[in-house]
Amino acid sequence: MDNAQGYWVVIATLLVAAVLAVLPMPLWLVWLRPEWVALVLVYWCIALPHRVGVVAALLAGIAMDLLEGAMLGQNTFALAVVALLSVGLYQRLRLFSLWQQAGMVFVLIGIHQLICQWVQNLEGVGARSPLFLLPALSSALLWPLVLTLLRGLRRHYRVA
Amino acid sequence: MRIVLTLLVVAGLIVADMRFNSLDRTRAILDTLVAPVYWVADIPSRLAEWRQTHLVSRSTLQEDNDRLRRENLILEGRTQQMASLQAENIRLRALLNSAALLRDDVVVAELIGVSPDPVRQQVVINKGSRDDVYLGQALIDADGLMGQVVEVAEFTSRVLLITDLTHSVPVQINRNGVRAIAEGNGTLSALEVHHVAATTDIREGDLLVTSGLGGRFPVGYPVAIVTAVERDPGQTFARILAQPTAALDRSRHVLLVFTVDKADSGPE
Repeated sequence: MDNAQGYWVVIATLLVAAVLAVLPMPLWLVWLRPEWVALVLVYWCIALPHRVGVVAALLAGIAMDLLEGAMLGQNTFALAVVALLSVGLYQRLRLFSLWQQAGMVFVLIGIHQLICQWVQNLEGVGARSPLFLLPALSSALLWPLVLTLLRGLRRHYRVA
Repeated sequence: MRIVLTLLVVAGLIVADMRFNSLDRTRAILDTLVAPVYWVADIPSRLAEWRQTHLVSRSTLQEDNDRLRRENLILEGRTQQMASLQAENIRLRALLNSAALLRDDVVVAELIGVSPDPVRQQVVINKGSRDDVYLGQALIDADGLMGQVVEVAEFTSRVLLITDLTHSVPVQINRNGVRAIAEGNGTLSALEVHHVAATTDIREGDLLVTSGLGGRFPVGYPVAIVTAVERDPGQTFARILAQPTAALDRSRHVLLVFTVDKADSGPE
């Protein structure tokens, strides 16, 4: 297995996720935007737990902080925690059924959102309503789609 | 071990960014690196715009042309007296011993991204340090003040909108010159004017313009129109809401204002 090619696929999917994460959305949808980067990261952490993990999460997190104009460390912290949890749980997660996995994703993205919210409150700009938890729901609902797509990509490019 | 290291890195980042401004320079460089992501995310809007400008019927174009010509005629008519009025203004100001008001230069910029985070009212524009954009520069659209530049990268910069929770702009009522401060409240459609005494002469429909106090924004750009004034006798201050005049969620073509520094312009 060629290592370089494997990383190329991971980086490309994360980049696509980053573009989706900043894509302009209609106003009524902004609170529902799924956490694309976190979703893709969770998938790779479960699929390749020995190669994708905290370091990838830290790099992706810094990129997301810059893109969102957030305080450096907000997404970095959240994504690192999500990566640590999913690498820790990957054996269990792989055995779960699709909707059980979606339930776990709901919890993971929920934790992601709580951490982001916590750092934003440090900065003084936190949301004033629990709406900030909605992305956990939309991300969980999109999980089957993300899983199928990324698994197809992984098999097609033989990333192992 | 790994967990501890990660937490240290993250804590370091947060503290460094929050407590010191040491990361500003690094941030500008890194921002330049991630800017292409915004460029790619903007492709759909650019395609839509291209379709709008290229795939229109001849008759629509002709109608547009006629309308623009009429508008142009009216605007030109209005500016005819501008030169003499400006000269008069400078003379009168000289009589009053106050500094001359100079005309500001503007540069057209295009909006290429909107902050995905709903609690942050920020936009990204396609001009950066390459085009001499500087921190704190004012951004306007055709109808009013939009915000100020908070981060400058090589080819892009990030603008904090006037409606952001952390943004305040010094304003005055155009009708009578009463000064106040308009603060963003996190929604795109409203500004709050705080600490205006309940007896102050302010009413619905009043236009708020930048006062230029604070030295950040140039004087006289429209900011918002007062939409609600609540005077509760039990409260010291009136509760005032105003609607921004700029189309904060729609404008794609915006103007960067280059204020001519009064110190540089010499005596006039």
